[in-house]
This record gives sequence, structure tokens and C-alpha cells, in this order.
Amino acid sequence: MSTGATGFLQRYEGLAGRLPGDSALRSAAAAAFKASGLPGGTQQRRIEAWKYTSLRSVAEAKFQPDTAPRHEVETVLAGLMLLDAPRIVFADGVLRSDLSVMPPTGFARFADQPDFGTLSWPDREPMVALNTMLAQDGAALHVPAGFDAGIVQLVSIATGEGDFHPRHSIRLAKGAMMTVVEISAGQGRYLLNTVTEIHVAEGAHLTHIRLQDEAVTAFHISTTYAGIETGGTYDSFTLNLGARLSRTEVHAQLSGAGAIVHLNAAQILTGSQHADFTTVVGHAAPGCSSRQTVKNVLNGRSRGVFQGKIEVARIAQKTDGYQMNQALLLSPDAEIDCKPELEIFADDVKCSHGATVGELDPDQMFYLRSRGIPDAEARSILVRAFLAEALGAVADETIRNRLETAVGQWWERQKA
Amino acid sequence: MAAVTETLDTVQSVTQSGYKWGFETTIEMDFAPKGLNEDIIRLISARKEEPEWMLEWRLKAYAAWLKMEEPQWARVDHPPIDYQDLHYYAAPKKKAGPKNLDEVDPELLKMYEKLGIPLKERAILAGVDPDTVENTQVAVDAVFDSVSVATTFQATLRKSGVIFCPISEAIREHPDLVKQYIGSVVPVADNFFAALNSAVFTDGSFVFIPKGVRCPMELSTYFRINARNTGQFERTLIIAEAGSQVSYLEGCTAPQRDENQLHAAVVELVAMDDARIKYSTVQNWYPGDSNGKGGIYNFVTKRGACRGDRSKISWTQVETGSAITWKYPSCVLLGEDSVGEFYSVAVTNNHQQADTGTKMIHVGKGSRSTIISKGISAGHSNNTYRGLVRMLPSATNARNFTQCDSLLIGDQCGAHTVPYIESRNPTAKVEHEATTSKIADDQLFYCRQRGLSKEDAVGLIVNGFCKDVLKELPMEFAVEAQKLLAVSLEGSVG
Amino acid sequence: MLEIKGLTASIGDKPILKGVDLTVPPGEVHAIMGPNGAGKSTLGYVLSGREDYTVTSGTVTFNGIDLLALEPEQRAATGAFLAFQAPVELPGVNNANFLRTALNAIRRAHGESELDAVQFLKLARAETKRLHMPDDMLKRNVNVGFSGGEKKRNEVLQMAILRPKLAILDETDSGLDIDALKIVADGVNALRGPEFSALVITHHQRLLDYLVPHRVHVLANGRILRSGGPELAKELEKNGYAGMIAEAA
Repeated sequence: MSTGATGFLQRYEGLAGRLPGDSALRSAAAAAFKASGLPGGTQQRRIEAWKYTSLRSVAEAKFQPDTAPRHEVETVLAGLMLLDAPRIVFADGVLRSDLSVMPPTGFARFADQPDFGTLSWPDREPMVALNTMLAQDGAALHVPAGFDAGIVQLVSIATGEGDFHPRHSIRLAKGAMMTVVEISAGQGRYLLNTVTEIHVAEGAHLTHIRLQDEAVTAFHISTTYAGIETGGTYDSFTLNLGARLSRTEVHAQLSGAGAIVHLNAAQILTGSQHADFTTVVGHAAPGCSSRQTVKNVLNGRSRGVFQGKIEVARIAQKTDGYQMNQALLLSPDAEIDCKPELEIFADDVKCSHGATVGELDPDQMFYLRSRGIPDAEARSILVRAFLAEALGAVADETIRNRLETAVGQWWERQKA
Repeated sequence: MAAVTETLDTVQSVTQSGYKWGFETTIEMDFAPKGLNEDIIRLISARKEEPEWMLEWRLKAYAAWLKMEEPQWARVDHPPIDYQDLHYYAAPKKKAGPKNLDEVDPELLKMYEKLGIPLKERAILAGVDPDTVENTQVAVDAVFDSVSVATTFQATLRKSGVIFCPISEAIREHPDLVKQYIGSVVPVADNFFAALNSAVFTDGSFVFIPKGVRCPMELSTYFRINARNTGQFERTLIIAEAGSQVSYLEGCTAPQRDENQLHAAVVELVAMDDARIKYSTVQNWYPGDSNGKGGIYNFVTKRGACRGDRSKISWTQVETGSAITWKYPSCVLLGEDSVGEFYSVAVTNNHQQADTGTKMIHVGKGSRSTIISKGISAGHSNNTYRGLVRMLPSATNARNFTQCDSLLIGDQCGAHTVPYIESRNPTAKVEHEATTSKIADDQLFYCRQRGLSKEDAVGLIVNGFCKDVLKELPMEFAVEAQKLLAVSLEGSVG
Repeated sequence: MLEIKGLTASIGDKPILKGVDLTVPPGEVHAIMGPNGAGKSTLGYVLSGREDYTVTSGTVTFNGIDLLALEPEQRAATGAFLAFQAPVELPGVNNANFLRTALNAIRRAHGESELDAVQFLKLARAETKRLHMPDDMLKRNVNVGFSGGEKKRNEVLQMAILRPKLAILDETDSGLDIDALKIVADGVNALRGPEFSALVITHHQRLLDYLVPHRVHVLANGRILRSGGPELAKELEKNGYAGMIAEAA
């Protein structure tokens, strides 16, 4: 029998009272989740935000959290090519201090100091409600004012057939800096449903790189809320390679003048993978800017989704919003669905979006082949050139190289 | 060039006049009782002397409508519409049959004059022999509330085999053609408003262009909502057989009233091999007053099917009126190398709400579509472009280009863009661009430094912004449209 | 006659013009020279009524009319023309249409009959030809896709067609090669007459070789520092502004 919304709710009932943190918030989340269910999971009224992604397959799966430690964790971790920097490792949703290299300061564990944050509203997003209901562990990274915390790796390794709901919080005080590299990988048919709350205070700068390389049999749902204050920057890049079904949802609110957000992404899919990158950028203060370049490369019967909404409030004059999304369809059975959306209530703004969808340029292909390069290789060259532009948004060379390696490995796996 | 200057002159002459077209004609009306039920539908069908199959078709639509809900997805907001509080049939009282031009009520002719129907056409409506009027190029089918009062140029058109008549007449005179095509592009249960229209439509135009015929003149319909508490439900069906061509113009106005009036039309176009249909609309229904009181609720379903290879359907619209515009003229591109076009200018001011756009459904190999949308918001209005481009797996080498620009005038309005792009064919290519801007202070100053008043400068800049769309309109309409743009934005710049 | 007395103006809280006194009699061409940030462009904008600038004191009259009381288009109707340093692009608005609308607006203000399309085109083509500009200048959208030089030439063409009584040229010579410079000078020289005055704002003496001014004024730090004949421009070219500013301080 599948777990479904009912199974999750029963689990919550069973755990109620034993879960850390605000129990009132949890029960409100449970009520919201009960009302909404899993998007697409039942024959309910269609939710516009989930127009192109149905969680029916999640609703129909059976999840069995397994408390016994699994040896696969170490194997997966060993293959991750982590950077020489602090790493916080969660295995099957639980912190593994033994596998971690803790940052010198500023780390706390959700299980010890539960912090749900203030930006996420469980009654708005069903998967956030589910997370709020069942979250048991996660990382809280707090950088004090004016301090540069350098690179911190946040690693999730999941195995088996469980469902995990990590709850992270990242806070940068005034003028602080940090680069978070979030890597998720695993083996099995699990569900990873993460919620991350981010606060970037005045003049602070957070770089957030995400490499999602989950097992191709797994489900990956990640919802991020970021609040960026005056002169702060949230610069994020997401690379989605794995998972049978993934949804990366980011809500960024520019709440102070001159704040900056970058939500760049690349999704490379094959087989019957489905990846959804959905963003909502709220311009709620004057003179803020948002930049997005999102690229999809789709092979096999895969389906890529990009939904990007830019909201400009009346007060947000001199907004500069830009969004570009491009998709390459490499196979006759692949599908791309885009919905770039502008909602504008201020008149003195510069907002634009562009989208292009198509295959590799036949002229370029012919040129390469006429120089003796075989078809498959020519495609690979052009696709990687297409992606290089997206990866170019990652400023740190070491990290960019790591992402390029991941793309290269992905490409090798397709050949094999 | 002359047109723009004329626009500016006209704007000055009508400045402060508010809604220029808000007069009411006092003609005796024949109403059906308020409300909607099977009996009303039977009554409409009986008044129209329709065959039994048509009544059944209507009843089927009504049954479907009863099970449907009003759509909520558009960015429009209005109090609930009481569908039982409307008259579904209103016709001017006539002594004899409506086809005799001499019997056209003089009040009606005066109204056409106010509507700005060109002199020649008025003369013809007044009974002058069409053959004595020189260089006439436009045939008019006037829909006055629910009944086509008179159709001009029938004889000239018949010579070339073109049928242009009220749809009620077509149902009686050309039942096989109507039966074959009606509801084939917009099925009866397509959406809430289309189902309602299918149940209760009272008039509209029917056009049939036979094989290889290029329609010798532009065809034109002037819609006008006159009576109180009536919903106007026209249904238009245009069939262009292989190799034929037609250009159809639609103008809409309505008198000024406090209450909101409902308009729910359906337009279906069918283009066979190599056929071309150009459908142009200037919509200037009463938009409500500056406080948002009154105005037309305009819920329209327009769709064209490019069934034939190399067929082409082109929609051009200038939407300046209505309190609410809910309208997505679309193309289903079935034929190989078929072409769909959508050129739109939508202006909203005061408390108007427009949610308009298009759907381009690419099925045929090599099908191409172009979408150019210009939205202008002023006052407290909201203006939304909503569009879908869908490339189906069969649409090999299909192309779409979309350009979607919004212009905001003032900081109390909203401009929104909601495009959906779906592609399931790697060889299909979709390009989409959208921008939002305002009239820059330096542009205004530059024009004023050269001697233009603020209002003239805005008119000039807005017309420039809309140029790519306006140039698609037939000349006569383009002039009218430019005037309307300026009038609609009156008072929007402080 | 243009008379500027005690003119002070600011952007926001920042004073730019700090008391400008200047008289340009009819029939004369005056040059305004000065270093960057002296307030030269501000003077041009304030004379033509740009809203971003606030006049805090002083008067400006042109042929007895109080310019400061007028809207920008009313100032244009008095015959004042500003050739912009950075001419503005008007997408979709064609040059001929724009100019005819402007010309007719000004003619209307003077109670003159308007020109129809044919009359206007005849006039516009003649001016285009006289200034050695390609005919398609009229067909193109106002300044859209124009090179820097084309934009400046378009300003001169507009000036030739609108026939102002007071031309204010705001660094129209910047970024122009010698041929384009001659076109600008010819454009102004062609308008010279007993009724016509010009205020030529420039950085360099070069333009003044072709467009010889009656008087040269040096504007620095929001004030006229010195005035003189054409030889003053030559002196500045040789010695620069620094010495003069130091001397004045």
C-alpha cells in the first residue's frame, strides 16, 4: 500500500509530542497538508503552481524509513569529490558528526535547537507543510556580522526507501559572507523533501551552489525561502542532474533597497526524468535587481519545467529584473514547459524575459561534422558549450570546476 | 503619417468628452423575459425559425453549461454575474421582415452615423442602390443588440459566390454548411462562456468564401449593445475554402450605462488549403466611468482552425473598451506550413481590467506563428497578457516568435505577462521576448521641446509603441484605432 | 533678445547654476564654454524647461516673454530650440511624422495654417537635400538605431525645418568628425539673420572655427567668469580653464 498523504499524516499522529520544536506550528502544518494533499496526488482542483509537475508518483510510492545505518552512505560519500572545506553530512536525514568536518563556529543542529524560521508559510505550499509537520533534523548556519565564513558544504546522502524532511536555516548578519555548497546524492527510491530558510542582512553576501545528483529512482523536492535586506546579495546556482522527479522551488524576497538576487540554474535530464525549477522573485523595495539564466538540456523521454515569476510591488521603483530561459531538446520524445511570468505594479522599472526552445543548431552541427567530428561528439561539444554559459555564472573557479566535472560524469554515464 | 496628425487633431476635439460613443438610441425593443431556461432557448430558436437540429444543439450546450463553473484563472475581478437577471433576447420591433432596407428605422440609420459607419455604407443602408455608389469596398452586417438589421452588398457578393449574411439566415438558408462547421472549432462545451453562447446566441455573421475566390471587398460587422439588461451573444462563423481569401472587420461600441452588461461572443474561423483569413477587431465597448462604475463584461471565445496546408489565419485586435476583457483569439495550426498570427494592442485606463492573449497550437509540420502583443496600462487598471504556444510532437520544424511588451503610465496600474511555452518536438523552435517599460521622462521632454503638448506627446509615443500592430490593420481601421488609443488614455498623464 | 538675469537653479538640493547673467541680442551667436560640470548643459535644460531642474531665483525673458513661466512646448512655440547633447530615441515614431506634428503645433500656436503631408514633405526634402543628408533620414524612427553622428545631424535637420528664433546647441559638436562638424555649423549659419540668435554650448574651440561667434562666455562653477570676443575661445584653447578659474577665485 502506498504511503500517500494519509500515511504521512498517520506518521505525524504517531510522532506527535515527540517531535522537537513548536508543536502548534506543526499541527497547523498538518491541518494545511491534510487540506491540500500532495499536488496532483488526488483528483482535486488543479493548483496553478503545480501545473506542469504532478506528485502522483510520490503519492503512489511506499516509503519506509529504515532506522538501521546503511553502509551505502560511505560509498556514496566517497564518490562525491568534496572540496577541501568544512562539510556537514546528513545521512538519511540525520546529522552524522562522524562523517562531518564542522565549521569552526556558527553551526547548530535543528534536532537540538529547532528553528522553523519566519518566511515559509506551510499553508501556502503543500510540500512545505509536509516538511514542517515531519522535520526532525537539519543544519542552522549563522554567520555573525562582518565575518567571512568561507565555504561550507552541506551534504545529504539518502538511501533505501525512506522519506526525509531536513529543515535548514542560513542566516548572515550585517556585512557577513559565506558560500554554501549543497550536494545531494544517494541510492534507492527515497523522498528527500528539504526546506531551507535564508536571511541575508544588510550588505551581506551569500553564495549558494546546489548540486542535485540524486539516485535516478529517487524523488527530490527542495523549497527555499530567501529574504534579502538592503544592499544584500543572494547569488544562487542550481545544477539538477539526478532524481526521477525533482522540484527546486525558490522564493526570494528583496525587502531592502538595492538588494540583489541571482537564481541561475541548469537541468540536464535523460530517460524519463522530470525536473522542475520554479522561482518567485518578489521585488518589495526600490532599486533592487534580479538576474536569472536557466538552461534545460533534455534527452530521452525527459521533461524539463521552468516557472519563473517576477513580482514588482508598487514601492519597488527602479527595479531591474531580467530572466532568460533556454532549452535544448535532444530527443523527439523530450518535453519542455516554461512559464516565465511578470507581475508589475510599479511604472519605473526595467523588466524583461526571454525564452528560446529548440534543438542544436544544424549549421553548427554540420560545421563540426564537416571537420571530421563524429555526430555524438559534435553534440556533446555543442551541449557543453551551451551549458558552459550557464555555469559561467558560478564565480568561484574551484566550485565551477567541480560542477563541470559533474556534468562530464553525467555525460559519460549516458555513453555507458 | 496623415493619420497620426489627424489622430492628434481628433483627440483635441474630443478631449474632455469622455466616452464619445455613449449615446443611446431609442428604438422600440422586443424583449424575451429575463432569465435562462430551456423555454427561453426554445423561444429564441422559434423566433429565429430554426430547424429542429439547431434547437437540439442549443439544448445540448445548455445542459453542458449547467454543469460548468465560471472560470477563475484570469486576472479579472468582478461581482458575481446573475445569469437569471438578463434578457437573452432583444430585437428592435419591426412591422415587416428585417431584410427590406427601406424599412430600416431612421433612428437606426442615425445611430450608424454616430457610429462612424462610412457615408457610402449609410447611403446603402438607407436604400440607395449599391451599384450607383462608386468605389464601395466594405460590406457591413450591423448587429444591433441581437438581430442583424441589414446586410449590405449582398448582391455584389453573391455574384462572386460569397455568402455574407446574418447567421440566423444562414441556419435557414444554408443549413448544411452551418451544420458542418458550427461548433467544429469551438465545441459547445469548450468553456463556460462558449457553452452559454452556444445555448443562447441570437445573431452574428456567417461568411462563406468558395474555392479560389478572393472576396471582392472587406467584410465588416458593427456590433452594438443597446438595450438595458441584455446580454449580447453573437456567433460568427467564417469558412474560407481552398485558395480563397477574406478580410473581416469587426467594430464594437455600446452606450454608457451605470450597470454592467454582459457580452459573450464566439467566433469560429476555418481555413482550408491555401486559404487566408484576416480578422480585425477594434473593440470599444463602454469601459465604465472613471470610478469603475458600469461598463461591458466582454467574455469572448475566438478561435481559428488552419485545416488546410499553407492556410493562414491572422488576428489583429485593438482593445480599448470594456470594463473587463477576457479574450484569447487563437489558432489551431493543423495544416502543413500553415500560419497563425496574433497582433494585439490592449489599452486599459481607470479601473478597466484586460486579460487577453492567444493560443497557438502547432500540429502541422512547418507551421509558423507570430505573436506581437502591446499592453498599455494607465490609471488604476490591470492589463494581463496570457498566451500559450504549444508544439506537439507532430509539429516538425514549426516556428513561433513572440514579442510581448508592456507600457505603464502612472504608478497605480499593473502590467502582467503570463506566457506558457510547451514544446514536445526538438525541431520546433520557439522564441519569446517580453519587456516592460514606461514612457521615459526624456522622451516626453524631447517631444515637448519640439513644441508638442504633453497629451500629444503621449499619443505619439504610444502610437509608436503600437506601430507593429497598427500597421496590420486595414487603413480605415488603423485611423480609428489611433484615435481610440489617444482617447482611451485621456487624463492618464498628470 | 534673450536676457538671463541672476539665474540660479538646482537639481534636488544641489545648486548648479549660481547666478548667471547673460544677454544675447537678436542676430548674434554666442558661445558658452567651460569645463565639465560647469553647468553648461543645465543652462540649456533650464532655458527649455526640463522638469528635473528647479529654478530658485532669477529671470529669463526671450523677446520680452517670461520663459520660466511657460511649459516646454510653449517655450518651443516662442521659437526656442534645444539641440540635445544626447538626442532621445522614440521607437515606432517616424521622423517625418514627428517633425510635421511639431511644426504644425508651433504653427498653430502662431495662428498659422498647418501644412498638409505633401507641403511638409516638399519642405523637409528640400532641407534634407540642402544639408546633404540621405532622404531616408525622414523615414526612419526618431533617432532609433542612429549612430552618434546621425543623431546630431538629425538635430540639425530638425532645427532647419522648425526654423527657431533661438537655437541652443548643447555640445552638438561632441564626437563629430570634421565633415559632420561643418554640417552642424552650416545648419546654424544658414539660419543666421537679424531675428535669429544662438547659444552654442561647446567644450572645444574647433566648432567655433566654422561657426564664428559674436561673443564667447566662460561658464565655470555655475557662473559666467569672463566674456569676450572670438579671441577668448582661442585663448582658452591655448591656456585651458584652470588658470582662469584660479584667477577668478
